[in-house]
Formats: sequence, C-alpha cells, structure tokens
Amino acid sequence: MTTAHPVTPLSFPAPRGACPFDPPPAYQRARREQPVTRVTLWDGSQCWMVTRHADVRVVLRDQRFSSDARRPGFPFVTDGRRALANESTSFIRLDDPEHARLRRMLTADFMIKKAEVLRPRVQRIVDDFLDRMVEHGAPADLVTEFALPIPSLVICLLLGVDYADHTYFQERSRIMLNNGSTADEIRQARDELTEYLGRLAQRKRREPDDGIISRLVARGELTDEEVASTGLLLLVAGHETTANMTSLSTLALLRDPAQLTRLRAEPALVKPAVEELLRFLTIVHFGLPRVATEDLEVGGQTIRAGEGVLCMLSAANRDEEVFEGADRLDIGRESRRHVAFGFGVHQCLGQPLARVELQIALETLLRRLPGLRLAVPYEDIRFRTDMAIYGVHELPVAW
Amino acid sequence: MRVSVDTHRCCGSGQCVLAVPEVFDQREEDGIVRLLDERPSAELHDEIRTAATVCPSGAIEVHEA
Repeated sequence: MTTAHPVTPLSFPAPRGACPFDPPPAYQRARREQPVTRVTLWDGSQCWMVTRHADVRVVLRDQRFSSDARRPGFPFVTDGRRALANESTSFIRLDDPEHARLRRMLTADFMIKKAEVLRPRVQRIVDDFLDRMVEHGAPADLVTEFALPIPSLVICLLLGVDYADHTYFQERSRIMLNNGSTADEIRQARDELTEYLGRLAQRKRREPDDGIISRLVARGELTDEEVASTGLLLLVAGHETTANMTSLSTLALLRDPAQLTRLRAEPALVKPAVEELLRFLTIVHFGLPRVATEDLEVGGQTIRAGEGVLCMLSAANRDEEVFEGADRLDIGRESRRHVAFGFGVHQCLGQPLARVELQIALETLLRRLPGLRLAVPYEDIRFRTDMAIYGVHELPVAW
Repeated sequence: MRVSVDTHRCCGSGQCVLAVPEVFDQREEDGIVRLLDERPSAELHDEIRTAATVCPSGAIEVHEA
C-alpha cells in the first residue's frame, strides 16, 4: 500500500511548540496522520521521516537500513554533520561486520556488571561536586557545577584521559554538537580532539594503564588514528548526553511537583523514574539517520534503495499505541520499551553507565537539597533547540 | 517456554541482563549474551518476553509451549 503524500513535504527540523518538553507538534501530528512521510532538509534534499514506535524499531533493527554515512542518499540534518560524517571512521557510522568488530572491543567495558561496580565511585563523584556547589552557595548553575562535570569526570577515568584538560575537550565537543557550527568549525574541533587523543594513544603505548584507551592500544589491532576516533566517540558521547539528561530531568521534575514529591517520598522509584524521564525527554531529538540499501517496506510505505530515513526517537517515545497517556510524565509507569538510547545494533553502548550516573545524580540531588528550586523565572530558561543533544543551556538553581 | 540466544546478533547492550538477571548474563571477555537457563521457570516468563522485546538486535528467541 502506498499512501498519498502532501504536495509540500514538511520542512525538517520542525519548530518546537509551546511545551519545551514535547517533541515538535508537526512530528506528533505526522505520527498520527502520516507516520512514514517525506521531509525536506536544509539543503533542499528530501528523505523519509519515521515517527511510530513500531516503525522506528523495524528500521533500526534491520541492517539493510545502513548507518554508513558514505553511502549516497544518507541524510544529513546539517551541513556540519555532513562534513563530519563523510570523513569520520568511528563505528557509529559503519555497518557490520566492521561495526561489530570495533564495538566488540568495547562492550565488555560497558556491560551491566562493570557499571554496577562503578556505583560507589560515581556516588563519591556526585557527592563531591554537590559539596562544591553547596559550598559556592546559591544561586548556582546546575549544568556547569553538577550535571556536566559528573559524566565528564567519569568518562575521563574510564578512558584514562586527564580531567585537568576538561575545558579543552568540553569546548570542542560543544562545537561538534552545535547544529549552528559551520563545517569548518566542526572539522577544526574534531581534528584538534583527534590529535589530542592520538597523542594520548602514543603516550599509553609507552606508559600503559588500565584505562580503555591504553587497553585498545595494547590489543595491537588498531592504528593510533583508529584508537583516537574511537576515543573521540566515547568522550563526546559520554559527556553531553548524560549531562543534558541530568539537568533537563531536574527541570522537568521541578515543573511537575506531584511527580517530584512522589520521587522524594519513594526513592526506590528512581530506576523506573529514570526510564520514564528518558522516554519523556528523549534528548537525541534530531532523529537517527539511515539509508536503505534495497527497496524495503515500512508501515505500508515503500522506501527505495538509496533513500534516506530519519527515525524520530522523540515522536516514537510519545506513541499512544505503546505508552498510554504518552504526553504525561509518570515516574511509576512501565517505560522500558522506550527507544531513547536508539534501537538495533547501534543502540547506545554506554547506557548501563548512563543509567547508573542518572540514578545516582538525581537521587542524591533530591535527597540532599530538599529546597531545590529555580533561581530564575521559568520563562528565562534557554532550551538547546539548536544543539544535537537537547537540554538547557544553563539551569540556575537555589535551595 | 524455551529460550535461545544468538551471540552473533547480540550487540552487548545488556537490556536482557537488566530485565532477567536470573536467565541472562554477559560474557566477561566481550559483554556478549550468555544464557544461564534455557527452560526458565514460569514466574519469569513475562519478564523474558519483555527482555526479547527490548533486545535491540533481536538476539533473543522465545519458543512458547
């Protein structure tokens, strides 16, 4: 079956609506009315946009939808992403078997058991940054004093990167994830970080430790460039995602006193609460790109070989067919079927670590600061509509 | 119910271990799925179905009956 399509395809990305926690209304409408639809990108090119939970799962689990950004027809949502993807060799943009070969060098480091072992260490880190924030006094920016430094320090410890350099790589990782950055700016930030990590790989060859970079070098299967691009992926992905989930979750809870009170009264709810916040907020908000390698059918629509597809995780996570009252935050609900970490073989490698960090950060913050509140009017909060990872630019709080 | 896993498909996301640690584990060397119990007891069946649903790579097969 092929449904009729509007004469003018939706322009992508669509603007957000009145509620900053909700996906753009156009995506929500598309899911109800035309779940597999054509969209026009920044450069005038067109691709498909998939919004239903079931269809997103189908596309992301089917490796005939390729992640290889070098294939013609691969959709890029910004000029900068195109510049980055065409030159990068990190496994996020490769298909199996190359993808599996590289990913499997890392899966042991991020398995559930390893993340659980890190709990006491993460708790100490969370407590330390919170101590410092409280010591500096209110108002404080929760993003720079709490949400960002926690995952930043944790990923540095795991990789074997010196946290003292955090300003250097945080600045460059921000440029890489800014949709407003030019291709040249992104290329420069990426090159500087790759060089930094390449030098680090060389050093680990001489002075090995038990960090991930050192062990990747020690395997002897990868060039220093490959180690650097893998390190770059982990460093960038490990930062902004958990950081933005922490601050945006805090804001969402502060805006929903009933849910906040419930979580404070029942701290054991923190695990389902984190899953629900992941579902509700879905900070990877620009869609996961794929390109069809043969003619395939999705939701009754034929997608031709060489056509691009954007899988809208945010819209899928609001699908009423899967989550009743999907537009409501409900920390007690069963939300494990969310696709906030993606789906298919590329699903987030660091998710066990992200869960541990989010659970500990939120539980600790709410327990230790019972008077936590916004230090500016809600209307003044700037949301990261222009960034690859959604969230807030800053979150001034008092307690 | 009989459960089987495909270690070639598995991408080591650990979703199954989170859902049913009694039945699924991850190999120390590469984080790939390790099936602990091929014929799990009835009270675990619902959670095993959830594990198969949330498995990103479709590496878990549930044979009912």
